[in-house]
Amino acid sequence: MLKFFLQRVALTVPTFVALMFVTFVAIRLVPGDPVEVRVGERGISPERLAYFRHELGLDQPVWKQFLDYVWHLLHGDFGTSLVTNQKVLTEFAALFPATIELGVAGMLIAVLLGIPAGAMAAVKRGTWYDQLIMGLSVTGYSMPIFWWGLILIMVVAEGWGLTPVSGRIDLINYYFEPTTGFMLVDAWLSKQPGAFLDAVRHLILPAIVLGTIPLAVIARMTRSSMLEVLNEDYVRTARAKGLPPRRVIGIHALRNALIPVVTIIGLQVGTLVAGAVLTETIFSWPGVGKWLIEAVGRRDYPALQGGVMLISAIVMLVNLAVDVLYGVINPRIRHGG
Amino acid sequence: MKTTICAALAAVCSALLIAPAGAKTLVYCSEGSPENFTPAINTTGTSFDAARPVYDKLTEFERGTTKVEPGLAESWQVADGGKTITFKLRKGVKFHSGVNGFKPTRDFNADDVLFSFERQWKENHPYHKVSGGKYDYFGDMDMPKLLESIEKVDDYTVRMRLKEPNVAMLANLAMDFASIHSAEYAAMLDKAGKKEQFDQVPVGTGPFSFVMYQKDAVIRFRANKDYWGEKALVDDLVFAITPDPTTRYSKLKAGECHFVIAPRPADLPEMQKDKTLKVIQQPGLNIAYWSFNVLKPPLDKKEVRLALNMAIDKKSIIRDVYLGAGTAAKNLIPPTLWGYNDSVKDYPYDPGKAKALLKSAGVATPLDIDLWYMPVQRPYNPNAKRIAEMMQSDLAKIGVNAKLVTYEWGEYRKRAQQGEHMTVQLGWTGDNGDPDNFFFLRGCAAARPGGQNLSKWCDKAYDDKMNRAKTLSDNKERAKLYMEMQVIEHEAAPDLKIAHSVVWEAMRANVTGFKQSPLAAHQFNGVDLK
Repeated sequence: MLKFFLQRVALTVPTFVALMFVTFVAIRLVPGDPVEVRVGERGISPERLAYFRHELGLDQPVWKQFLDYVWHLLHGDFGTSLVTNQKVLTEFAALFPATIELGVAGMLIAVLLGIPAGAMAAVKRGTWYDQLIMGLSVTGYSMPIFWWGLILIMVVAEGWGLTPVSGRIDLINYYFEPTTGFMLVDAWLSKQPGAFLDAVRHLILPAIVLGTIPLAVIARMTRSSMLEVLNEDYVRTARAKGLPPRRVIGIHALRNALIPVVTIIGLQVGTLVAGAVLTETIFSWPGVGKWLIEAVGRRDYPALQGGVMLISAIVMLVNLAVDVLYGVINPRIRHGG
Repeated sequence: MKTTICAALAAVCSALLIAPAGAKTLVYCSEGSPENFTPAINTTGTSFDAARPVYDKLTEFERGTTKVEPGLAESWQVADGGKTITFKLRKGVKFHSGVNGFKPTRDFNADDVLFSFERQWKENHPYHKVSGGKYDYFGDMDMPKLLESIEKVDDYTVRMRLKEPNVAMLANLAMDFASIHSAEYAAMLDKAGKKEQFDQVPVGTGPFSFVMYQKDAVIRFRANKDYWGEKALVDDLVFAITPDPTTRYSKLKAGECHFVIAPRPADLPEMQKDKTLKVIQQPGLNIAYWSFNVLKPPLDKKEVRLALNMAIDKKSIIRDVYLGAGTAAKNLIPPTLWGYNDSVKDYPYDPGKAKALLKSAGVATPLDIDLWYMPVQRPYNPNAKRIAEMMQSDLAKIGVNAKLVTYEWGEYRKRAQQGEHMTVQLGWTGDNGDPDNFFFLRGCAAARPGGQNLSKWCDKAYDDKMNRAKTLSDNKERAKLYMEMQVIEHEAAPDLKIAHSVVWEAMRANVTGFKQSPLAAHQFNGVDLK
């Protein structure tokens, strides 16, 4: 088991280094440096431009900038944002809880709805129910997030008034200092009547939007995995023994069918992060996705690099955890079988 | 014991934090997070809007105009032919108390004025390097070039000496970068080794005091009950940061915000029909123009420049590119600025006459020119490329072949300022509401290679009037000179003025007292909810 774990970790390190290099070079290939992006029609005198470029270390050769960056990174220093002059790690830490809250809520929706829907579709294979679920899942998978978010806002929030349009809490009626950064927790801790429910209502639409693609993927995956398992001998045996169908499907089939689904759930973490960028923009959700987009626009190199590194590290860690977990569930993997 | 303290703390906190029943909260859906709360180190309207509730300046723009009125300076005297300005400061003005643990022990005085300017000006100032030390506006408004000295005469008198007369200085001082900070607060943070907090947790004398800021989510302010000027009429002011314009509109409709920045032009017709909303508009303090480089033949001939002016169907550009968010321009300054000469008649769209003018100038057609367009969207020009394409097709009708050219944005400005182009699109956004801030764009000093006069046109009569206007303190006399300059410039036609963008503001119908600023400033003292 330890060997398996170490192998996985060893594979993660080169991926991380490659990613660091690609991000570093890619952002510098985009025309317009941070100093020039700041100035408007007035332009900037060559002396001032040179001065600020020097201050920011942008006059150094790229390879030297890269080595400096790695050196600082190894010391836990992700740099300082060129726009706000705040430490990148501080900004990230302040915004990340909002992204986690949204991501977890989206994933919960995806898992809680996706697995039963997929399993049912497999059991009722070929019926109208199966076709409906699979049709919906194709639609969900191909839905542009931006469009889907706006449609939900217009219909559910504006039209029916069931949820608020955007934000994390009603700003007119509630105010409390953030303690954990997780709005649900903070609202609960504030003990203000109605605050927690209000925070939940704010979370519903963005979580649905973010959860839609993973939901579709999980449902499809569960269905196909379930179909495979339902044809296995042991399921037939269980049926032959006269076990009630609920027990056959729930215990014997679904449990085994879930093994590949767990991997897919792990892989969806990347999709969630990508989706968070758009979802956070539409729903004015103060997370790291929106922050990264702004960093691109302003050529805020340290913020963008730091953000990408931190997020990728997290995605990789989750995938590593899933790999390990998968090994635990399925001994054939860890023994290389 | 512990429980008692906790309970006591909780009681104090909730008393402080929960808005009392019936408190009025105005929610403004802004578009982004500020870089920080010190306008001197910022360059964006978003950041200026976020700091504005907190601060005052020595002089102020009257709400909704570009007229300069007394602010923290109660009065001033201009002497020495415009080279010395002596400010009498307002007495009894209090800095916000209780923000970031700061309790002011004295009222606002001359030390605060000196601190606020010297931080930007003097490289050895203890706060100069804090938060990056880039004071773009201080430099852009030529303050280092203009300022000879700023002295404290006594606690309530400050004297500013200039190297050359410049009456626009009073308007400069009303700009956001000239906001007055508390020297005492700065000293407190310095002592505590927390200088960087100075720009994150702002303390000023303005109509609202800062409560809290959560990046990308919300900024909260509370009304300053001790304010010396036009008071806040609501108890709390909240900026709900909402980057997407469609979401902002939905929030406005749902009543989640009372006021939104920058509604989408496409949403305007529906907004105007909605009885629960109110929409207002005015031309922005900017201009989009198409400059002709008069140093490059045949553009040195006035007839050719006139022909180009008559060849372009401006109406179609405004309609198809600006989509209602623009108004045709005929002068360099927008009509909201004092000194605007409305009697100037714009050149008509007349391809026939344009052709004849080219012929009379002895220019053989087809004539090849280049037409540069910006690679980026600007506040005054939503799509320079589209405009260039429309111009190209209009020009073809009079026998002019325009080759479209563009460069990366920084490169574009550099090359255009060097005068490498024949014709180039660009524009300008005004800073301080002083007409001089626009007219210098056609002045002789800016016509040098590398200067901002992209027409490279230098007319002595125009330039003399402009320089004279800078030394006059009577705005009526200045306005007269500016009107004459607009006629001179119109007749010489060194450019084609395309448009001023139109700035729209949308709010709930129950919002009263908001005055739209030509400077695009959002100011909420004096604004109420009915």
